[in-house]
Amino acid sequence: MSAAQVFFYLFSTVMIGSAFMVIAARNPVHSVLFLILAFVNAAGLFLILGAEFLAMLLVIVYVGAVAVLFLFVVMMLDVDFAELKQGFLQYLPVGSLIGAVVLIELVLVLSSWSASSASVGAAGAPTPSDVSNTLAIGRVLYTKYVYFFQAAGLVLLTAMIGAIVLTLRHKPDVKRQVIADQNERDKSDVKLQKVPSRAGV
Amino acid sequence: MDWLLPLLLIVLKSVAVIVVLLIVVAYLLWADRKIWAAVQLRRGPNVVGPWGLLQSFADLLKFVVKEPIIPAGANKGIFLLAPFITGMLALAGWAVIPAAEGWAVADLNVGVLYILAISSLSVYGVIMGGWASNSKYPFLSALRSAAQMVSYEVSIGFVIVTVLLCAGSMNLGEIVKAQDTGYGALGWYWLPLFPMFIIFFISALAETNRPPFDLVEAESELVAGFMVEYSSTPYLLFMLGEYVAIVGMCAMMTVLFFGGWLSPIPYAPFTAVPGVIWFLLKICFFFFWFALVKAFVPRYRYDQLMRLGWKVFLPISLAMVVVVAGVLQYVRA
Repeated sequence: MSAAQVFFYLFSTVMIGSAFMVIAARNPVHSVLFLILAFVNAAGLFLILGAEFLAMLLVIVYVGAVAVLFLFVVMMLDVDFAELKQGFLQYLPVGSLIGAVVLIELVLVLSSWSASSASVGAAGAPTPSDVSNTLAIGRVLYTKYVYFFQAAGLVLLTAMIGAIVLTLRHKPDVKRQVIADQNERDKSDVKLQKVPSRAGV
Repeated sequence: MDWLLPLLLIVLKSVAVIVVLLIVVAYLLWADRKIWAAVQLRRGPNVVGPWGLLQSFADLLKFVVKEPIIPAGANKGIFLLAPFITGMLALAGWAVIPAAEGWAVADLNVGVLYILAISSLSVYGVIMGGWASNSKYPFLSALRSAAQMVSYEVSIGFVIVTVLLCAGSMNLGEIVKAQDTGYGALGWYWLPLFPMFIIFFISALAETNRPPFDLVEAESELVAGFMVEYSSTPYLLFMLGEYVAIVGMCAMMTVLFFGGWLSPIPYAPFTAVPGVIWFLLKICFFFFWFALVKAFVPRYRYDQLMRLGWKVFLPISLAMVVVVAGVLQYVRA
């Protein structure tokens, strides 16, 4: 067995195990931590595939930022486990129906799936052999797909502005610190008051 | 089984790096306390060994032989996992840092991204420790640190992008080689990218929770932050992780802005000095500044910290990315 195979089985076993634990764990914080473990193992699988750029981005974006927010929210929630578990069984028929539909669709799609004749050559060499993986992604992203890339950026910008607009509340009666004003203030603007000691107010 | 020998070699290299690193960290910790003491006109540690040189080792022994206490309400597994994660991640960052030409344990093509990934993970040690302690001060500290570390990572990322644009590579060794222009110290990136260099230094202070940004363990408000409930070896691991991360940040500044293992004066007697010596000297130089800042700057208020990160550093570094890209495009075209 080669080293890549050993690591493939290691990463995929841990990933499937932790993905199962995400839904099986009783404590929601444990669930999020298992989700993070699954993300990290997915990054490991990307590394074995030779997609080191994607692997690092997965860790930076999903583990370093998105999962931190998940963990944040879950830690702040006051979850009552008994109440959560109560209605669990009543959703079982609907849940299993949706699961079965998705499974059947996946089986149908994957069993009849075949590569198009145009992509046969590309599938053999996912990255060009003469440049590194990061350079290859950059070349495609900023030339061939530049409009899609910009559109995705605009969508994200809209989402960001939306989130800020939804949460920003201006309270007019709150006194705010204006650092520029403070820095501009001159010594002559300030009047010192001599307060007699032990005289009371 | 022909991969067994390279694997053994990697393990040996890693052990060598970790041993050297831990010894260096022990003396840097001592130096930190000595510099702090000197600024405040104290003597600092001076009892164990000559000039107190063995103080760190005495501390280590003390931490290891004491009893680890786990609070009754704590989530035991996560409570003990948190310091391990902090220590492990801080050490893992050193895998890609080249101490001299070709001396990195792993010569990754995406070395810079790897460092960013590792440093974005280091927030987990703090959050997990703070939550698992099941106590209010650690939890408040965990919330603060999560927001702080995530904010400053953004500006650190943009600063690194400007260096990448200049060097044209994400391999740390290649970045150092790109600074070898024949002008010595004047050819390194700290001079053309001076504002970025300063922003990186200040963001590094915030990222490693050093004063003046040590809101995470502000003793006047939060006792000792997320470490309140920790004792003996788990506490030692937290402290170790913190200092290894600080030295790692010094190494990053050395590699990105100060020419890594290159000699500052590119002429005969200086170029004969081994690169690793220059590398260590530069790390000590940056660590000296970390220690000085701790000694003479008062702590920031939390909202001011956030303002500095999002309203000052982020726009400046974003604008510099555009400017640097424009200048490079103009010069190279």
